[in-house]
Parts: sequence; C-alpha cells; structure tokens
Amino acid sequence: MRPVDPRLLRLCPPAQRYLTLTVAVGLATAGLVIAQAWLIAIAVSRAQLGGDVGLDELRTLLLLLLVVVLARAGLAGAQETAGHRAGARVTAHLREVVLRRSAMQAASPAGSTGGRAVLVTRGIDALDSYFARFLPQVALAAVVPVVVLVQIALVDWVSGLLILVTLPLIPVFMVLVGMHTREQTARQWRTLSVLAGHFLDVVQGLPTLKVFGRARVQAAEIARVSDQHRSATARVLRVAFLSALVLELAATLSVAVVAVGVGLRLLDGGLDLRTALVVLVLSPEAYLPIRNVGTSFHASAEGMAAADEVFAILESPLADQGSSRDVPDLSNASLVLVDVAVPRPDVQGDRLPRTSLVVLPRELLVVTGRSGAGKSTLLGLLLASLAPDTGTIRVAGIDLAALDPDAWRQEVAWLPQRPLLFAGTVADNVRLGEPDATDDEVAHALHLASADFVTGLPGGLQTVLGESGAGLSAGQRQRIALARVLLRVQRRDSGLVLLDEPTAHLDSATEGRVVSMLVRALAGRTTVVATHRKPLTAVADRVHVLTGEPSPAVGVA
Amino acid sequence: MSVLRRTAEGSAAPPLRRIVGLVRSRWPGLVVGAGAGLLASAFSVALLATGAWLIARAAERPPIVVLSLAVVAVRACAVGRAVFRYAERLVTHNVTLQVLADLRVAVFCRLERLAPTGLPMFRNGDLLSRLVSDVDAVQDVFLRALLPWVSGVVVALLTAGGVLILLPSAGTVLVAVTLLVAVVVPRLTRRWSRRAEAGALKARGRLSEDVVDTFERLPELVAYGAVGRRLAGLAETERRLLHHLDSAARVRGAGAAAVTFATGAAVWCALVLGVPAVRSGSLSAVLLAVLVLVPLALADVFSPLPLAAGELTRAAGAAARVVEVLDTQDPVVEPDRPARMPVAPYDIVVAGLGARWPAQVGDALRGVDLDLPAGRRVAVVGESGSGKTTLAMVLLRFLDPLAGRITLSGVDTRELDGDAVRKLVGMLAQDAHIFDSTIWENVRLARPAATSSEVRQALGRARLLDWVDSLPNGVDTWVGEHGDRMSGGERQRLALARVLLADFPVVVLDEPTEHLDLTTADALLADLLEATRDRTVLAITHRLRGHEDFDEIVVLHDGVVAERGTHLDLMRADRRYRTAYEQEVELLV
Repeated sequence: MRPVDPRLLRLCPPAQRYLTLTVAVGLATAGLVIAQAWLIAIAVSRAQLGGDVGLDELRTLLLLLLVVVLARAGLAGAQETAGHRAGARVTAHLREVVLRRSAMQAASPAGSTGGRAVLVTRGIDALDSYFARFLPQVALAAVVPVVVLVQIALVDWVSGLLILVTLPLIPVFMVLVGMHTREQTARQWRTLSVLAGHFLDVVQGLPTLKVFGRARVQAAEIARVSDQHRSATARVLRVAFLSALVLELAATLSVAVVAVGVGLRLLDGGLDLRTALVVLVLSPEAYLPIRNVGTSFHASAEGMAAADEVFAILESPLADQGSSRDVPDLSNASLVLVDVAVPRPDVQGDRLPRTSLVVLPRELLVVTGRSGAGKSTLLGLLLASLAPDTGTIRVAGIDLAALDPDAWRQEVAWLPQRPLLFAGTVADNVRLGEPDATDDEVAHALHLASADFVTGLPGGLQTVLGESGAGLSAGQRQRIALARVLLRVQRRDSGLVLLDEPTAHLDSATEGRVVSMLVRALAGRTTVVATHRKPLTAVADRVHVLTGEPSPAVGVA
Repeated sequence: MSVLRRTAEGSAAPPLRRIVGLVRSRWPGLVVGAGAGLLASAFSVALLATGAWLIARAAERPPIVVLSLAVVAVRACAVGRAVFRYAERLVTHNVTLQVLADLRVAVFCRLERLAPTGLPMFRNGDLLSRLVSDVDAVQDVFLRALLPWVSGVVVALLTAGGVLILLPSAGTVLVAVTLLVAVVVPRLTRRWSRRAEAGALKARGRLSEDVVDTFERLPELVAYGAVGRRLAGLAETERRLLHHLDSAARVRGAGAAAVTFATGAAVWCALVLGVPAVRSGSLSAVLLAVLVLVPLALADVFSPLPLAAGELTRAAGAAARVVEVLDTQDPVVEPDRPARMPVAPYDIVVAGLGARWPAQVGDALRGVDLDLPAGRRVAVVGESGSGKTTLAMVLLRFLDPLAGRITLSGVDTRELDGDAVRKLVGMLAQDAHIFDSTIWENVRLARPAATSSEVRQALGRARLLDWVDSLPNGVDTWVGEHGDRMSGGERQRLALARVLLADFPVVVLDEPTEHLDLTTADALLADLLEATRDRTVLAITHRLRGHEDFDEIVVLHDGVVAERGTHLDLMRADRRYRTAYEQEVELLV
C-alpha cells in the first residue's frame, strides 16, 4: 500500500500544498490532545483527592481547557474544508488532463466510451474521499501516535513500553493486508467499469431488444451481473474488515491492559492518580488515528485504483506525428498514394488492402466499391486521422506523415459516414468548426446543402435539437451535417474536401438536388467522395473502384 | 420483482422515503446491521467509563477484590467492541450491495418500459450517470447515513440516561449535546449547503453528459479543430462545479468544528457541574472521573453523525433523479388484462390512425388507413420526415395511437400485450443496435434456442456467411462497441440475419438497404423479399425501385396519405410517385 502516490503530487500542485497543511494540522492536533489530557487529569485528581476544592481554585485550568476545546474545533473545521477543496481541485485537474490526452489519441482510443466516461467522472471523483478523509488520517497517524507515545513514556515508562510494542503491530499488519486486498480492489473496480459499459450498451440497444422480446430478460442479466459484483466486493471486504477486526482488537485490548495495569499500580502506590488519568485519556489517542486509516482504507483504495487507470492513460505512448506546419497549396497539388494498406484490428482481412491511387488537383473523384472495401478508411488516411501501416501518401511531393496533422486538417473539410449532431441549435451545429460564422453564412451553407427546410422549423436557425439531432429525420440530419462541411469549405476556401456517403438517408428527389448543389459549390476544389450512389458517380470527373483485393504493388517511391 | 411493480404506480412521497420503501424486503438485514453497530458503540463508551472508575477507585487504595469485577469488565468491553464492529460492517455492506442491485434492476425495468419512444428525453450520458452515480449515491443513504445515525443517537441517549442517574444536570447537558450534534447541526448544515449540493449534483450530471458526448464525437471534433473549444466549455462546467463544491466544503467545515466543539464543551460542562457536586457531597468523588471521561468517549460516537447528515442531503438529490426515471410516464398504456392473442392468419387493419411522439407538438400521422391482410406486401414511401417511421412505431406498439385504431385479426392492439404483439410483428430497423459481443450472440439474440445451423442459415440468407467464415474466429468474432469493427453494410446484414432467425409472421422493413452499395442492395432486397414471400411485409422506404410488384404502394406526405395503389395505378395517375420513380430510374442509367 502506498498511502501517497508521488505521481499524484507531481501532477497536481494543489495536492502538494494540501499535504503540507495536513501534516501541520496533525502536529497541532497532537499538541492539543496532550494539553487537554493534562488539564482534565489535573482538574479531576485535584477535585477528587484535594479535599475541599471548588471551581474558584480550578478557574485557570477551566479557562485553559476552554481555549484548547475551541482551538481543536477550529482545526477540525479548517482541515475538513481544506480536504474537500483540495479533493475537488485535484479531481478537476485530472479530468482535464485525461480529456486532453484522449483528444490526442482520438484515432484509437483505448477502452470503451462508457468505461472512460465512468473513469473521468465517477472514478476520479472517488479521489475526493481520498483527499478529504484518507490523507488527513494518514498525516494524523504519522504524527499523533509518536507524540502521544513519547508523552506517555515520559510519565509512565511501563505503559509506554506496552504501547511501543503493540503499536507497530498495527501498521505492519495493515501493510500485509493491504498488499493482499490491493489486487482484489483493482479487480472490483474493473468489474464496475465493465458493468457500466454493459449497461450503456444494453440501454442503447433497448429498442432492438424489445423488437425481439429480449428486453425483460436483460433485467435478470443486470441483476446477475450486479450480484456478481456484489459477491466479488463482499469477498474483498471480508478480508479488509477482518484486518480491521484484528487492528481494533489490538488497539482496544492494549487500552484495556494499560488501564488495568495503571489501576493495579495505583493500588500499590507506584503511581499517582493524575499520571494514571493522563495515561488513561491518552492511550486510546495513540491508536485512534491508525485505526481510522484502516477504516477509510477501502474507500481510498477505490480512488487509488482510479488514479492508476488515469496514469495508465497518461503514460501510454502517443503515435509519432509529423511536426511540419508547412502545408502545400492544395489547389495545385496532386495526392499520390503508393501501396498504402491498413490492417483490421483483431479481424482477418484488411480495412484497406494495398492500394495505389492518384488524386489530381481540383478533380471530383468518386471512390466506390462494395461495403467493407475500404472507402471510409481511404478517407481517414487522406484526413490524416489514420496512418497507413505500409506505403506512403505524398502531397505535392511531401510525405503526409511529416506534416502536423492539426495543420493539415485546417485545410481539409470532412463529412464522416455517421455525422453526429449535438444537443444545441441548428446554427451551433453548422458552426461546429467555424464558431465565428455569421447567421447569413450559416443560412447560405444550409441552402447549399438543400437544407432549406430549416427556415420552416419553428425556431428557424435557432431551433434547438435534442441529443443526436432528435426531432429531425435522418435525411434532415444528413443535410445539416453537409451544411457544416460546406460552411467550412466556404469560410476556409478548403483545398481538399472529403465526403463519406454524402447522400445517405436522402430520398431520390432530395438526392438529385443535393448532388447538383454540391457540384456547383465544390467546383475547383479537390474533392474525394466515397459513395455507391449513381447520381454522384454520374457527375464525377473520375471513378475509382475499390475491389477489396490488393492492387498490384508499384513499389514505394 | 414485486419491488418493481410498486414503482410504476408513482406517489407523492419524498424521493428518499420512496427509495427506503422500495427496499422493504431488505429491512431485516438493515436492522441487524444497526443493532450490531449500536452494541459496538455501547461497548466503546463502557470501556472508558469502567476504566475511569477502576482508576479513580484504585486511587483510594481499596482491597483488590473490589476492583476484580471492573478488571474483567474492562477487558470484556474491549473484545465486545471490536467483534460487534466487525459484524456491523459485514452485515451492512452486504445488505447495501443487495439494495444497490435491487435499485439497478428497478431503474432498468423502468427504462425498458420507456424505450424507444419515451427515451429521447434522456440524453445518453445522463442515463449512464443516473445508473452508476445516482444509484450508488442512493445506496449511501443506508450505509453512511441512516444506520450510523440511528445507532449513534441511541447509544448517546443511553449514555446520557446513565449520567442522568449520577448527576441530573450533567445528564441534561449530554442530552442537549446529542440533540445538537445529531439534529441541530446537521439540519443547519443541510439548510446552508442545500443549494450548493444541489448545484454540485446538477453540474456533475451535466459534466458527465458532456464527457460522454465529447468521447463519442472526438474524431469529428479533432477533424474540425473544435477540441479546444469543447474543452473550454467543459472547463466552464467544471468551474461551476468547483464553486458549488467550495461552498459545500465551507459548510462542512463549520459543521465539523461545531461537533468537535460540542464534544469538548460536554467534557468542560461535566467538570464545571461535577466539581461543585463532589464538594457538596451529592456526587461520590470516585464518580467524577467517570462523569468527565464519558463525554470524551462519546466523541467517537458523535464524529460520524454530521457526515451521515451530509450524505443524506447529497443522496436526496440523487434519489430525486432516480425517482424521476421511475415516475416518467409510459409512452404506451399496456392493458390490465390483455385480450387473448388471435391465431393465424394475422390480418392487420389500420383505420384513421393519428399519432404523435411524446413531448412533441405536431401530429406525425393523421387519418392514415391501411389494409394489411396476411401475406400482403405493402410499401410505404415518402420523403424524409413524412411519418413513415412513426407508422412503424405504432404498428410495433412502441407508441399508442392518438386517434383511430389498429386491429390485429379484429382485436384492437391496445388490448394486447406489447411484447405479444412484437412476437408477431417484427422490424428490421435502419439503426438496429449491434451489441458489444460476438456475431453469434448478436444473431442468436432473436431466438436463444436456435441451433448452430439455423444461425448459419440466417447468416447465409443475409449474404454474410462467406464473410463470417473468412474470419479466423468465425461466428465467435467480437464485433466491438456498436459493431465498430464491421463496415456499415456488414452491420446491416447482421441485423437482417437476426430478423430472419426470429421468423416473424409480419415484418416491418424500415429502410433495410440504407447503408449498402447499389449492387448488393438490389440483390439483398430481392433475397429479402424472396425470403419473406410467404409472410406479411410492410416496407418503409424512400427507395422506390424493387417494390414494383407489391400489392399496394402508399405514398405518405407530411403525415397524410397523398397517393395509393399498385405500381401501375400510380404510374398511370402520373403524380408525385411517377415523378419520383422516373427520376430514380433515370439516375441509374
């Protein structure tokens, strides 16, 4: 068990400051605990044994005790506030770091969307209780027992010795148990993550499940998976709690033995009442912080497991990317693909078998081929969101791999096969890549995409769409996505336009309109369209058919 | 399952009480857990009390026999405390996880009733957050709020009762401190942090939605250079969350300070009241140590109480959202006592049908008539947004008619169980979901009892078998999230194989060839119509070719029937259909 992950401290400055503060609070608390014990012991022993002692004689003691009580309250409040604030800040910081990193790995994000989302929201949030509860306990456990033990030993070395012998048993045992439960806690966390991914999948598939009458069965499946998670957790907890039992037994029995021993030595006259009371009050305080570490351990272990996952993401290597921002003028550049191929992960056959192809400047090239022949993959290569496994792509003689992908994509407009609309207005959706575009420009782009129906919507351009464009038909969504591309083309004077099935979901009348508008809007720009629709191939300058079979090698230039 | 039925009724009870009532079957376990916790705390207080008496009495040097009982008691308390604490933890955690599973299933069953037409009101990220976070937060009601609170308060009051016998004034102080710590401070912190906690919960939900959303559209955001702005938007939400969390942290800090102070003040008061009592002789001198140290022992009992109250506040918000899902109205009213299912042949008659999506203003369909006797094949064509998919939703009983009715062999489908209707009326949707599983599991979903050869046959009829056989793992190939490891065409063929395996007597085809290339689509449509020749087919399509030999073609426009008849009729009529048809054919040449 590592109570404090050094990587966490390195990554988050607020965590470092907070740790320092927590240790200071721990020291102050230890001092106050000892002061309080002395004040109580002196007051009680004087009142019990001093004969006729009243409040007047104890005035100073009582005033001091009140000050100590107030100071302890203030420290407790400050620690609580600081803990939650630090937890919130570290969580926010980690979330941002993970999102940024994921954006850099966009082409091949590891793990399911559901799993990563759980990590970035709930998983990282588990760190909050780590900072607010666990870390202060660790600081107290490191400071208070030592100070208290020294104090006890100074007044009664016998009790001090007893505590000195039993106290180290607790952390030693805790480390042993911690090593044992760590792996299991990690496994439990993975189960939760799988559970979340599974649930999202099932909920998204609910309509399909209902069509086949399988939805109700899934309730039982969720119950089964939850129960699996429960028994896994219960196994971890049984061991974790067993360790807590042993720790508590060690602590409470030691306190009992100290109390009985002190009492018996009082009988012999080997000890005075004041000292005995100090020892009785302080001895539980020696064990309390360490015990509290044990009880908050499993809550924090969840947070640490999530932190490990975060670091796994942050430490995974990034693919090599070019850095040249010197993108050639695309209006006069040929794109030459030589023997490029992209393999399919886990599945036999290639996403794109070996292909060679030249795209001439300002031509409208249509790429066809049966489903799965690699049309979308080819567009991904030209977008530089995918890198070919073999072969090269040259733009005006420059290797595309040497160019900074961000700089390259500035010059390219792309329509994905399944464009996603987000919740927001129609205008905001069209403006995705061009936030500064005016309403007129947006309206013009919509017109070019034959999406004039927007003017008929109740809110016009400002009509608010639901998630994934809910409220519109598939064909309407497609045309809004097309407008998004055309707005970019117009504003940036894009030299290269990549369209993946631009007329999917359209009825033939609309398709005809869209095709003729596209031909006009994209005239003079290098355009690559992946499609199998006749209306588009009919207007192409050239048609390239992907057969799904490797084309003969031409050798790498 | 009895748990679930109760939720559908809905009631005005506050969300937390609803949740507690929902898990009535788990109450015995919860009570056992609370009892164990109570005993553990009681032993803890008794340990210090007997220890204090032992020492104070020993200081008066009595014979050792006087102390022997106290010596045994001190040791027994030490063991009892540890053992009962262990029992408490084990029992409460196990019960809580059972409660968690119950809640998850309850929420899912509700979603099952709402899908698909009642669902668009939930955004996906929100759904995920609802199940994982809200249900988890709700379980904290039991583990971290109710149980520690009940056992803590009972122990504190028992202790106060004991002190009351020794010295009434000191006992009264303890009762007051207990009320302060267990009721007043939590109430105040709850009131003061309510807005912050609610704001934090909302911001967290929003953040979770945005995060899922961002992950889903990362490729597009990267391509459009919009990642930076997206992250800036997220940072804004994050700042709002931080603001709320900071206010909540301040209130929590004040609460923690108040509790620490109250405990210390109890010790102080015990001294101030006890010393004069000893002097006046109303309290034995030996008991002064007990009187002063007992409040010190109560610190352990008090410390989790404000935390418990905080958890309760946080959980209340989460519970409200869970209850919101449980209370959302069904888009379809299922009959209390379903009518007997008619037997084959299944004739469907749609009369004067009007329909509207939940939470939408305009009607998606108005006055639609359709005659679909067994074996008849009808195509419904029309532009995007003309109401074709709505018709499919009503036929599958995913949506109730607003006007008119649909009868299945003379029985109004509203009198039939939705699942029973869907055994007879199946659909191949244009956006059929592919599960993150194997090809085999995805197909077999349609009929779990199907044999291997039946699954292969279905794949063959969907023209997918050759591809599947070319994979190293064959039907056991994992298809990925949303079938991402397959091409669009392969995905649709997989969905088709599933429908063929299910063997529905009536099949609704909702744009089945949408993502396929022309040659494959033509061949597939031909195969598909051939495979379903002996059954009733309603094809919803904007593609007109391939349906020429259908018994009827219905042209929908803006929710009403614009034209209908056979292909020849419509060509002769020379209106909307003919124009569109000729345009489509012309584009092929």
